[in-house]
Amino acid sequence: MSIPVINPNGPVLAISQLCKSYGDNVAVDHISFHVGPNEIVGLLGPNGAGKTTTISMILGVLTPSSGSISIRDVDLSQQRSRALTCTNFAAVYAPLPGNLTIAENLRVFGMIYAVPDLSKRIEDLLKQFDLVRFRDTKCGVLSSGEQTRVCLAKAMLNRPQLLLLDEPTASLDPATARDIRTSIREFATSGTGGVLWTSHNMYEVQEVCNRVLFLARGRILLEGDPHTLPQEHGKENLEELFIAVARQPLKVEAN
Amino acid sequence: MRLGRIAAIVVRQYYLVRGSASRILPMFVWVAIDIVLWGFITKYLAALTGSGFHFVPALLGAVLLWDFLTRVMQGVTMAFFEDVWSRNFLNVFASPISVPEYLGGLVISSICTSSLGLGIMLLVATLAFGLSFFSYGVMLAPFLLILFLTGIALGITGTAIVLRLGPAAEWFVWPIPAVLSPFVGVFYPLSTLPYWMRAISHILPPSYVFEGMRAIVAGRGVIPVTLALGFGLAIAAILLACWFFFVVFRYAVRTGLIARYSAETVS
Repeated sequence: MSIPVINPNGPVLAISQLCKSYGDNVAVDHISFHVGPNEIVGLLGPNGAGKTTTISMILGVLTPSSGSISIRDVDLSQQRSRALTCTNFAAVYAPLPGNLTIAENLRVFGMIYAVPDLSKRIEDLLKQFDLVRFRDTKCGVLSSGEQTRVCLAKAMLNRPQLLLLDEPTASLDPATARDIRTSIREFATSGTGGVLWTSHNMYEVQEVCNRVLFLARGRILLEGDPHTLPQEHGKENLEELFIAVARQPLKVEAN
Repeated sequence: MRLGRIAAIVVRQYYLVRGSASRILPMFVWVAIDIVLWGFITKYLAALTGSGFHFVPALLGAVLLWDFLTRVMQGVTMAFFEDVWSRNFLNVFASPISVPEYLGGLVISSICTSSLGLGIMLLVATLAFGLSFFSYGVMLAPFLLILFLTGIALGITGTAIVLRLGPAAEWFVWPIPAVLSPFVGVFYPLSTLPYWMRAISHILPPSYVFEGMRAIVAGRGVIPVTLALGFGLAIAAILLACWFFFVVFRYAVRTGLIARYSAETVS
Protein backbone atom coordinates (compact mmCIF):
# COMPACT_ATOMS: atom_id res chain seq x y z
CA MET A 1 0.00 0.00 0.00
CA SER A 2 1.37 3.40 -0.96
CA ILE A 3 1.71 6.26 1.49
CA PRO A 4 -0.46 9.19 0.45
CA VAL A 5 1.41 11.87 -1.51
CA ILE A 6 1.05 14.93 0.67
CA ASN A 7 0.20 18.33 -0.70
CA PRO A 8 1.42 20.49 2.21
CA ASN A 9 -0.90 23.33 1.27
CA GLY A 10 -4.06 21.28 0.81
CA PRO A 11 -6.52 20.61 3.63
CA VAL A 12 -5.60 17.83 6.02
CA LEU A 13 -9.26 17.00 6.52
CA ALA A 14 -12.11 17.99 4.23
CA ILE A 15 -15.67 17.19 5.20
CA SER A 16 -18.53 17.92 2.87
CA GLN A 17 -22.27 17.70 3.60
CA LEU A 18 -21.71 14.97 6.18
CA CYS A 19 -24.88 13.48 7.55
CA LYS A 20 -25.68 10.62 9.92
CA SER A 21 -29.18 9.63 10.85
CA TYR A 22 -30.63 6.71 12.78
CA GLY A 23 -34.15 6.37 11.43
CA ASP A 24 -35.82 9.73 12.07
CA ASN A 25 -33.13 10.83 14.51
CA VAL A 26 -30.54 13.02 12.80
CA ALA A 27 -27.27 12.95 14.78
CA VAL A 28 -25.18 14.93 12.29
CA ASP A 29 -26.97 17.16 9.82
CA HIS A 30 -25.11 18.04 6.61
CA ILE A 31 -22.01 19.59 8.14
CA SER A 32 -19.05 20.81 6.09
CA PHE A 33 -15.70 21.97 7.38
CA HIS A 34 -11.99 21.49 6.91
CA VAL A 35 -8.81 21.34 8.96
CA GLY A 36 -5.80 22.98 7.36
CA PRO A 37 -2.10 22.19 7.78
CA ASN A 38 -0.62 23.42 11.07
CA GLU A 39 -4.11 24.20 12.29
CA ILE A 40 -5.79 23.15 15.53
CA VAL A 41 -9.54 23.24 15.14
CA GLY A 42 -11.78 22.94 18.18
CA LEU A 43 -15.04 21.04 17.80
CA LEU A 44 -17.26 22.35 20.59
CA GLY A 45 -20.78 21.65 21.65
CA PRO A 46 -22.99 20.34 24.43
CA ASN A 47 -23.31 16.64 25.18
CA GLY A 48 -25.22 14.92 22.38
CA ALA A 49 -24.39 17.64 19.86
CA GLY A 50 -22.83 15.15 17.44
CA LYS A 51 -19.10 15.64 18.15
CA THR A 52 -18.27 12.00 18.89
CA THR A 53 -20.50 10.85 16.02
CA THR A 54 -18.51 13.13 13.71
CA ILE A 55 -15.20 11.82 15.05
CA SER A 56 -16.38 8.21 14.73
CA MET A 57 -17.20 8.83 11.06
CA ILE A 58 -13.78 10.41 10.45
CA LEU A 59 -12.16 7.36 12.08
CA GLY A 60 -14.05 5.01 9.78
CA VAL A 61 -15.90 3.18 12.56
CA LEU A 62 -19.25 4.69 11.60
CA THR A 63 -20.56 4.91 8.06
CA PRO A 64 -22.08 8.29 7.15
CA SER A 65 -25.62 8.34 5.79
CA SER A 66 -24.39 10.79 3.16
CA GLY A 67 -21.56 13.21 2.48
CA SER A 68 -17.85 12.74 2.08
CA ILE A 69 -14.69 12.67 4.21
CA SER A 70 -11.26 13.19 2.67
CA ILE A 71 -8.03 12.91 4.62
CA ARG A 72 -5.16 14.41 2.66
CA ASP A 73 -7.20 14.11 -0.52
CA VAL A 74 -7.84 10.39 0.10
CA ASP A 75 -11.54 9.54 0.16
CA LEU A 76 -12.17 7.59 3.35
CA SER A 77 -15.09 5.62 1.92
CA GLN A 78 -13.06 4.49 -1.09
CA GLN A 79 -9.61 3.92 0.46
CA ARG A 80 -10.17 3.41 4.16
CA SER A 81 -6.80 1.86 5.03
CA ARG A 82 -4.85 4.43 3.03
CA ALA A 83 -6.70 7.34 4.61
CA LEU A 84 -6.30 5.99 8.14
CA THR A 85 -2.57 5.32 7.67
CA CYS A 86 -1.98 9.05 8.12
CA THR A 87 -4.58 9.50 10.89
CA ASN A 88 -4.56 8.72 14.59
CA PHE A 89 -6.61 9.56 17.65
CA ALA A 90 -6.81 9.63 21.42
CA ALA A 91 -10.08 9.60 23.32
CA VAL A 92 -11.02 9.18 26.96
CA TYR A 93 -13.41 6.38 26.00
CA ALA A 94 -10.77 4.36 24.11
CA PRO A 95 -8.02 3.37 26.56
CA LEU A 96 -5.38 0.94 25.37
CA PRO A 97 -5.67 -2.68 26.58
CA GLY A 98 -4.92 -2.77 30.29
CA ASN A 99 -3.43 -6.26 30.13
CA LEU A 100 -0.46 -5.18 27.99
CA THR A 101 2.46 -3.02 29.10
CA ILE A 102 2.98 0.43 27.63
CA ALA A 103 5.89 -0.79 25.49
CA GLU A 104 3.87 -3.78 24.25
CA ASN A 105 0.87 -1.63 23.36
CA LEU A 106 3.02 0.87 21.51
CA ARG A 107 4.80 -1.92 19.61
CA VAL A 108 1.53 -3.59 18.54
CA PHE A 109 -0.01 -0.33 17.35
CA GLY A 110 3.29 0.77 15.80
CA MET A 111 3.19 -2.39 13.70
CA ILE A 112 -0.42 -1.77 12.72
CA TYR A 113 0.46 1.78 11.62
CA ALA A 114 3.66 0.52 9.92
CA VAL A 115 5.85 2.99 11.84
CA PRO A 116 9.43 2.96 10.51
CA ASP A 117 12.27 2.47 13.03
CA LEU A 118 9.66 1.55 15.61
CA SER A 119 11.94 0.85 18.58
CA LYS A 120 13.46 4.32 18.43
CA ARG A 121 10.06 5.92 17.93
CA ILE A 122 8.74 4.16 21.03
CA GLU A 123 11.73 5.35 23.09
CA ASP A 124 11.25 8.92 21.89
CA LEU A 125 7.56 8.89 22.79
CA LEU A 126 8.20 7.35 26.20
CA LYS A 127 10.55 10.26 26.91
CA GLN A 128 8.25 12.88 25.40
CA PHE A 129 5.28 11.82 27.53
CA ASP A 130 7.34 11.10 30.65
CA LEU A 131 6.52 7.38 30.57
CA VAL A 132 10.00 5.85 30.63
CA ARG A 133 9.66 4.52 34.18
CA PHE A 134 6.34 2.87 33.28
CA ARG A 135 7.65 1.21 30.11
CA ASP A 136 7.05 -2.33 31.41
CA THR A 137 4.00 -1.50 33.51
CA LYS A 138 0.63 -2.84 32.43
CA CYS A 139 -1.64 -0.03 31.29
CA GLY A 140 -4.46 -1.25 33.50
CA VAL A 141 -2.62 -0.32 36.70
CA LEU A 142 -1.72 3.21 35.60
CA SER A 143 -3.56 6.25 36.93
CA SER A 144 -6.11 7.80 34.59
CA GLY A 145 -3.69 10.64 33.83
CA GLU A 146 -0.91 8.21 32.95
CA GLN A 147 -3.29 6.22 30.77
CA THR A 148 -4.19 9.40 28.94
CA ARG A 149 -0.52 10.06 28.27
CA VAL A 150 -0.14 6.52 26.91
CA CYS A 151 -3.10 7.10 24.58
CA LEU A 152 -1.49 10.32 23.39
CA ALA A 153 1.82 8.52 22.81
CA LYS A 154 -0.04 5.93 20.73
CA ALA A 155 -1.81 8.75 18.85
CA MET A 156 1.56 10.28 17.94
CA LEU A 157 3.20 6.96 16.92
CA ASN A 158 2.77 7.36 13.17
CA ARG A 159 3.34 11.15 13.13
CA PRO A 160 -0.22 11.52 11.81
CA GLN A 161 -1.25 14.11 9.30
CA LEU A 162 -4.63 14.26 11.02
CA LEU A 163 -4.73 13.96 14.79
CA LEU A 164 -8.15 13.58 16.41
CA LEU A 165 -8.31 14.32 20.11
CA ASP A 166 -11.55 13.79 22.02
CA GLU A 167 -11.15 15.55 25.39
CA PRO A 168 -7.47 14.61 25.61
CA THR A 169 -6.78 16.45 28.87
CA ALA A 170 -10.00 15.56 30.69
CA SER A 171 -8.30 13.45 33.35
CA LEU A 172 -4.99 15.27 33.65
CA ASP A 173 -3.79 17.54 36.44
CA PRO A 174 -3.28 21.18 35.40
CA ALA A 175 0.52 20.90 35.12
CA THR A 176 0.41 17.77 32.96
CA ALA A 177 -2.44 19.19 30.90
CA ARG A 178 -0.31 22.24 30.15
CA ASP A 179 2.61 20.03 29.05
CA ILE A 180 0.29 18.04 26.82
CA ARG A 181 -1.12 21.20 25.25
CA THR A 182 2.43 22.34 24.57
CA SER A 183 3.29 18.98 22.95
CA ILE A 184 0.24 19.12 20.73
CA ARG A 185 0.90 22.72 19.73
CA GLU A 186 4.46 21.74 18.82
CA PHE A 187 3.10 18.81 16.80
CA ALA A 188 0.77 21.12 14.88
CA THR A 189 3.36 23.80 14.17
CA SER A 190 6.36 21.61 13.41
CA GLY A 191 5.07 19.37 10.62
CA THR A 192 2.35 19.57 8.00
CA GLY A 193 -0.38 17.95 10.08
CA GLY A 194 -3.54 19.34 11.63
CA VAL A 195 -5.54 18.62 14.75
CA LEU A 196 -9.26 18.30 15.42
CA TRP A 197 -9.79 18.78 19.15
CA THR A 198 -12.90 18.43 21.29
CA SER A 199 -12.97 19.76 24.81
CA HIS A 200 -15.36 21.18 27.36
CA ASN A 201 -12.60 23.28 28.87
CA MET A 202 -13.08 26.65 27.20
CA TYR A 203 -9.90 28.09 28.69
CA GLU A 204 -7.96 25.29 27.05
CA VAL A 205 -9.76 25.72 23.74
CA GLN A 206 -8.98 29.44 23.71
CA GLU A 207 -5.34 28.72 24.50
CA VAL A 208 -4.80 25.99 21.95
CA CYS A 209 -7.19 26.29 19.01
CA ASN A 210 -6.72 28.48 15.96
CA ARG A 211 -10.36 28.11 15.01
CA VAL A 212 -13.49 26.70 16.65
CA LEU A 213 -16.70 25.15 15.35
CA PHE A 214 -19.79 25.18 17.55
CA LEU A 215 -21.93 22.13 17.00
CA ALA A 216 -25.48 21.79 18.35
CA ARG A 217 -28.20 19.34 17.36
CA GLY A 218 -25.91 17.96 14.68
CA ARG A 219 -25.35 21.28 12.92
CA ILE A 220 -22.48 23.77 12.88
CA LEU A 221 -23.95 26.97 14.28
CA LEU A 222 -20.84 29.12 14.62
CA GLU A 223 -17.30 29.11 13.34
CA GLY A 224 -14.43 31.47 13.97
CA ASP A 225 -11.43 32.59 15.98
CA PRO A 226 -11.91 31.59 19.63
CA HIS A 227 -10.41 34.92 20.74
CA THR A 228 -12.82 37.14 18.82
CA LEU A 229 -15.91 34.95 18.40
CA PRO A 230 -17.44 35.70 21.85
CA GLN A 231 -17.35 39.48 21.30
CA GLU A 232 -18.77 39.09 17.80
CA HIS A 233 -21.82 37.50 19.41
CA GLY A 234 -22.09 39.87 22.37
CA LYS A 235 -20.59 37.49 24.94
CA GLU A 236 -17.79 38.12 27.37
CA ASN A 237 -15.91 34.91 26.82
CA LEU A 238 -16.00 31.53 25.11
CA GLU A 239 -17.67 29.81 28.06
CA GLU A 240 -20.62 32.20 27.97
CA LEU A 241 -20.92 31.71 24.25
CA PHE A 242 -20.84 27.93 24.77
CA ILE A 243 -23.66 28.15 27.33
CA ALA A 244 -25.71 30.31 25.00
CA VAL A 245 -25.24 27.84 22.16
CA ALA A 246 -26.11 24.92 24.40
CA ARG A 247 -29.27 26.52 25.82
CA GLN A 248 -30.60 28.54 22.92
CA PRO A 249 -29.05 27.20 19.72
CA LEU A 250 -31.81 28.60 17.48
CA LYS A 251 -31.34 32.10 18.87
CA VAL A 252 -27.58 31.99 18.39
CA GLU A 253 -28.02 30.65 14.86
CA ALA A 254 -30.42 33.50 14.04
CA ASN A 255 -27.82 36.05 15.20
CA MET B 1 -2.72 -6.75 2.55
CA ARG B 2 0.23 -5.84 4.80
CA LEU B 3 1.99 -8.66 6.62
CA GLY B 4 3.09 -6.25 9.36
CA ARG B 5 -0.51 -5.65 10.42
CA ILE B 6 -1.26 -9.37 10.47
CA ALA B 7 1.91 -9.86 12.52
CA ALA B 8 0.76 -7.15 14.95
CA ILE B 9 -2.30 -9.22 15.92
CA VAL B 10 -0.11 -12.31 16.36
CA VAL B 11 2.46 -10.39 18.43
CA ARG B 12 -0.33 -8.98 20.60
CA GLN B 13 -1.52 -12.54 21.25
CA TYR B 14 2.05 -13.64 22.02
CA TYR B 15 2.44 -10.82 24.56
CA LEU B 16 -0.81 -11.87 26.24
CA VAL B 17 -0.02 -15.58 26.34
CA ARG B 18 3.57 -15.46 27.56
CA GLY B 19 3.72 -15.53 31.30
CA SER B 20 -0.07 -15.94 31.63
CA ALA B 21 -0.87 -19.33 33.15
CA SER B 22 -4.59 -18.75 32.66
CA ARG B 23 -3.99 -18.52 28.91
CA ILE B 24 -1.26 -21.18 28.54
CA LEU B 25 -2.85 -24.00 30.59
CA PRO B 26 -6.18 -24.17 28.68
CA MET B 27 -4.22 -24.70 25.46
CA PHE B 28 -3.31 -28.23 26.49
CA VAL B 29 -4.69 -29.16 29.94
CA TRP B 30 -8.27 -29.91 28.83
CA VAL B 31 -7.22 -31.75 25.69
CA ALA B 32 -4.70 -33.79 27.69
CA ILE B 33 -7.43 -34.68 30.22
CA ASP B 34 -9.73 -35.63 27.34
CA ILE B 35 -7.09 -37.92 25.87
CA VAL B 36 -6.42 -39.55 29.25
CA LEU B 37 -10.14 -40.08 29.88
CA TRP B 38 -10.82 -41.56 26.43
CA GLY B 39 -7.57 -43.49 26.54
CA PHE B 40 -8.82 -45.45 29.55
CA ILE B 41 -12.30 -45.83 28.06
CA THR B 42 -10.80 -47.38 24.90
CA LYS B 43 -8.62 -49.69 26.99
CA TYR B 44 -11.64 -50.78 29.01
CA LEU B 45 -13.77 -51.35 25.89
CA ALA B 46 -11.00 -53.33 24.24
CA ALA B 47 -10.67 -55.56 27.33
CA LEU B 48 -14.44 -55.92 27.70
CA THR B 49 -15.29 -56.90 24.16
CA GLY B 50 -12.14 -58.74 23.12
CA SER B 51 -13.46 -58.49 19.58
CA GLY B 52 -10.17 -57.48 18.04
CA PHE B 53 -11.65 -54.16 16.96
CA HIS B 54 -9.00 -51.42 16.99
CA PHE B 55 -10.48 -49.14 19.64
CA VAL B 56 -7.41 -46.99 20.09
CA PRO B 57 -7.14 -45.59 16.55
CA ALA B 58 -10.92 -45.59 16.07
CA LEU B 59 -12.01 -43.91 19.32
CA LEU B 60 -8.94 -42.24 20.75
CA GLY B 61 -7.86 -41.07 17.31
CA ALA B 62 -11.34 -39.63 16.75
CA VAL B 63 -11.22 -37.79 20.08
CA LEU B 64 -7.82 -36.38 19.21
CA LEU B 65 -8.90 -35.20 15.77
CA TRP B 66 -12.11 -33.66 17.12
CA ASP B 67 -10.23 -31.90 19.92
CA PHE B 68 -7.85 -30.53 17.28
CA LEU B 69 -10.76 -28.96 15.40
CA THR B 70 -12.11 -27.54 18.66
CA ARG B 71 -8.71 -26.05 19.55
CA VAL B 72 -8.41 -24.43 16.12
CA MET B 73 -11.85 -22.85 16.49
CA GLN B 74 -11.09 -21.65 20.00
CA GLY B 75 -7.72 -20.30 18.86
CA VAL B 76 -9.53 -17.89 16.55
CA THR B 77 -12.28 -16.95 18.98
CA MET B 78 -9.95 -16.54 21.97
CA ALA B 79 -7.74 -14.10 20.04
CA PHE B 80 -10.88 -12.16 19.10
CA PHE B 81 -12.25 -12.23 22.66
CA GLU B 82 -9.06 -10.53 23.86
CA ASP B 83 -10.23 -7.44 21.98
CA VAL B 84 -13.75 -7.86 23.37
CA TRP B 85 -12.58 -8.22 26.96
CA SER B 86 -10.13 -5.31 26.80
CA ARG B 87 -12.64 -3.09 24.93
CA ASN B 88 -10.11 -2.57 22.20
CA PHE B 89 -12.39 -2.49 19.15
CA LEU B 90 -12.22 1.25 18.68
CA ASN B 91 -8.41 1.33 18.75
CA VAL B 92 -8.15 -1.60 16.34
CA PHE B 93 -10.87 -0.77 13.85
CA ALA B 94 -10.09 2.97 13.77
CA SER B 95 -6.62 2.02 12.55
CA PRO B 96 -5.56 1.17 8.98
CA ILE B 97 -5.94 -2.56 9.60
CA SER B 98 -8.40 -4.15 7.19
CA VAL B 99 -10.85 -6.95 8.01
CA PRO B 100 -8.85 -9.56 6.00
CA GLU B 101 -5.67 -8.51 7.85
CA TYR B 102 -7.40 -8.73 11.21
CA LEU B 103 -8.89 -12.15 10.44
CA GLY B 104 -5.50 -13.26 9.08
CA GLY B 105 -3.94 -12.35 12.42
CA LEU B 106 -6.58 -14.34 14.31
CA VAL B 107 -6.02 -17.38 12.06
CA ILE B 108 -2.23 -17.34 12.46
CA SER B 109 -2.61 -16.95 16.23
CA SER B 110 -4.85 -20.01 16.13
CA ILE B 111 -2.30 -22.00 14.10
CA CYS B 112 0.31 -21.34 16.80
CA THR B 113 -1.91 -22.22 19.76
CA SER B 114 -3.64 -25.23 18.18
CA SER B 115 -0.30 -26.69 17.04
CA LEU B 116 0.82 -26.68 20.65
CA GLY B 117 -2.39 -28.44 21.70
CA LEU B 118 -2.05 -31.01 18.92
CA GLY B 119 1.54 -31.71 19.92
CA ILE B 120 0.60 -32.30 23.55
CA MET B 121 -2.35 -34.54 22.58
CA LEU B 122 -0.15 -36.61 20.29
CA LEU B 123 2.46 -36.95 22.99
CA VAL B 124 -0.01 -38.17 25.63
CA ALA B 125 -1.93 -40.45 23.23
CA THR B 126 1.26 -42.00 21.87
CA LEU B 127 3.20 -42.43 25.08
CA ALA B 128 0.35 -43.42 27.40
CA PHE B 129 -2.00 -45.36 25.11
CA GLY B 130 0.07 -46.42 22.12
CA LEU B 131 -1.85 -44.43 19.52
CA SER B 132 0.19 -44.09 16.36
CA PHE B 133 -0.95 -41.54 13.87
CA PHE B 134 1.13 -43.36 11.31
CA SER B 135 -1.65 -45.95 11.27
CA TYR B 136 -3.66 -43.47 9.22
CA GLY B 137 -0.83 -43.30 6.67
CA VAL B 138 -0.65 -40.43 4.20
CA MET B 139 -4.31 -39.65 4.82
CA LEU B 140 -3.40 -37.93 8.08
CA ALA B 141 -2.39 -34.72 6.25
CA PRO B 142 -5.72 -34.23 4.41
CA PHE B 143 -7.61 -35.24 7.56
CA LEU B 144 -5.88 -32.55 9.59
CA LEU B 145 -6.21 -29.99 6.78
CA ILE B 146 -9.97 -30.46 6.46
CA LEU B 147 -10.43 -30.27 10.23
CA PHE B 148 -8.18 -27.21 10.42
CA LEU B 149 -10.12 -25.38 7.71
CA THR B 150 -13.42 -26.28 9.35
CA GLY B 151 -12.12 -25.10 12.73
CA ILE B 152 -11.11 -21.76 11.17
CA ALA B 153 -14.54 -21.43 9.54
CA LEU B 154 -16.30 -22.13 12.85
CA GLY B 155 -13.98 -19.69 14.64
CA ILE B 156 -14.70 -16.86 12.20
CA THR B 157 -18.42 -17.61 12.39
CA GLY B 158 -18.21 -17.49 16.19
CA THR B 159 -16.44 -14.12 16.16
CA ALA B 160 -19.07 -12.73 13.80
CA ILE B 161 -21.84 -13.92 16.16
CA VAL B 162 -20.18 -12.20 19.13
CA LEU B 163 -19.50 -9.05 17.11
CA ARG B 164 -23.17 -8.89 16.15
CA LEU B 165 -24.79 -9.88 19.46
CA GLY B 166 -22.33 -8.49 22.01
CA PRO B 167 -19.89 -9.90 24.58
CA ALA B 168 -22.47 -12.06 26.36
CA ALA B 169 -22.99 -14.04 23.14
CA GLU B 170 -19.68 -15.82 23.64
CA TRP B 171 -21.72 -18.53 25.33
CA PHE B 172 -23.23 -19.29 21.93
CA VAL B 173 -19.74 -19.96 20.62
CA TRP B 174 -18.29 -22.43 23.12
CA PRO B 175 -20.84 -25.23 22.47
CA ILE B 176 -20.63 -25.08 18.66
CA PRO B 177 -18.35 -28.19 18.38
CA ALA B 178 -20.54 -30.12 20.82
CA VAL B 179 -23.63 -29.28 18.77
CA LEU B 180 -21.96 -30.44 15.55
CA SER B 181 -20.35 -33.61 16.91
CA PRO B 182 -23.45 -35.87 16.73
CA PHE B 183 -23.89 -34.96 13.06
CA VAL B 184 -20.30 -35.58 11.92
CA GLY B 185 -20.08 -39.09 13.35
CA VAL B 186 -17.00 -38.65 15.52
CA PHE B 187 -17.56 -42.00 17.26
CA TYR B 188 -19.94 -43.90 15.00
CA PRO B 189 -20.57 -44.44 11.28
CA LEU B 190 -22.97 -42.02 9.62
CA SER B 191 -25.16 -45.01 8.71
CA THR B 192 -26.11 -45.11 12.41
CA LEU B 193 -27.89 -41.77 12.08
CA PRO B 194 -31.49 -41.25 10.99
CA TYR B 195 -31.97 -39.95 7.48
CA TRP B 196 -32.52 -36.28 8.38
CA MET B 197 -29.32 -36.20 10.44
CA ARG B 198 -27.38 -37.89 7.66
CA ALA B 199 -28.58 -35.20 5.24
CA ILE B 200 -26.96 -32.60 7.49
CA SER B 201 -23.83 -34.74 7.89
CA HIS B 202 -23.23 -34.68 4.15
CA ILE B 203 -22.68 -30.91 4.16
CA LEU B 204 -20.33 -30.97 7.15
CA PRO B 205 -16.67 -31.45 6.09
CA PRO B 206 -15.53 -33.35 9.25
CA SER B 207 -18.02 -36.14 8.42
CA TYR B 208 -15.77 -37.15 5.53
CA VAL B 209 -12.72 -37.20 7.80
CA PHE B 210 -14.26 -39.50 10.41
CA GLU B 211 -15.78 -41.80 7.81
CA GLY B 212 -12.36 -41.98 6.14
CA MET B 213 -10.62 -42.62 9.45
CA ARG B 214 -12.94 -45.54 10.22
CA ALA B 215 -12.44 -46.93 6.73
CA ILE B 216 -8.67 -46.99 7.26
CA VAL B 217 -9.01 -48.64 10.70
CA ALA B 218 -11.28 -51.26 9.16
CA GLY B 219 -8.65 -51.98 6.51
CA ARG B 220 -10.51 -50.32 3.64
CA GLY B 221 -9.09 -47.48 1.62
CA VAL B 222 -10.36 -43.91 1.55
CA ILE B 223 -12.05 -42.90 -1.68
CA PRO B 224 -10.10 -39.82 -2.84
CA VAL B 225 -13.19 -38.18 -4.36
CA THR B 226 -14.93 -38.34 -0.98
CA LEU B 227 -12.00 -36.66 0.69
CA ALA B 228 -11.86 -34.06 -2.09
CA LEU B 229 -15.53 -33.34 -1.43
CA GLY B 230 -14.77 -32.81 2.25
CA PHE B 231 -11.94 -30.45 1.33
CA GLY B 232 -14.18 -28.54 -1.09
CA LEU B 233 -16.86 -28.18 1.57
CA ALA B 234 -14.26 -26.94 4.08
CA ILE B 235 -13.12 -24.25 1.61
CA ALA B 236 -16.75 -23.30 1.02
CA ALA B 237 -17.27 -23.09 4.79
CA ILE B 238 -14.33 -20.68 5.13
CA LEU B 239 -15.60 -18.47 2.33
CA LEU B 240 -19.10 -18.49 3.84
CA ALA B 241 -17.72 -17.63 7.30
CA CYS B 242 -15.66 -14.73 5.90
CA TRP B 243 -18.69 -13.44 4.01
CA PHE B 244 -20.76 -13.65 7.22
CA PHE B 245 -18.08 -11.72 9.16
CA PHE B 246 -17.96 -9.01 6.46
CA VAL B 247 -21.74 -8.64 6.53
CA VAL B 248 -21.76 -8.35 10.33
CA PHE B 249 -18.82 -5.92 10.28
CA ARG B 250 -20.56 -3.72 7.71
CA TYR B 251 -23.67 -3.75 9.91
CA ALA B 252 -21.57 -2.82 12.97
CA VAL B 253 -19.97 0.11 11.13
CA ARG B 254 -23.26 1.29 9.64
CA THR B 255 -25.11 1.30 12.96
CA GLY B 256 -22.27 2.50 15.19
CA LEU B 257 -22.09 -0.81 17.06
CA ILE B 258 -18.26 -0.83 16.93
CA ALA B 259 -18.09 2.52 18.70
CA ARG B 260 -20.68 1.51 21.31
CA TYR B 261 -19.93 -2.18 21.59
CA SER B 262 -20.37 -2.46 25.34
CA ALA B 263 -24.02 -1.50 24.86
CA GLU B 264 -24.44 -4.83 22.96
CA THR B 265 -27.17 -3.32 20.81
CA VAL B 266 -27.73 0.00 19.10
CA SER B 267 -31.50 -0.25 18.82
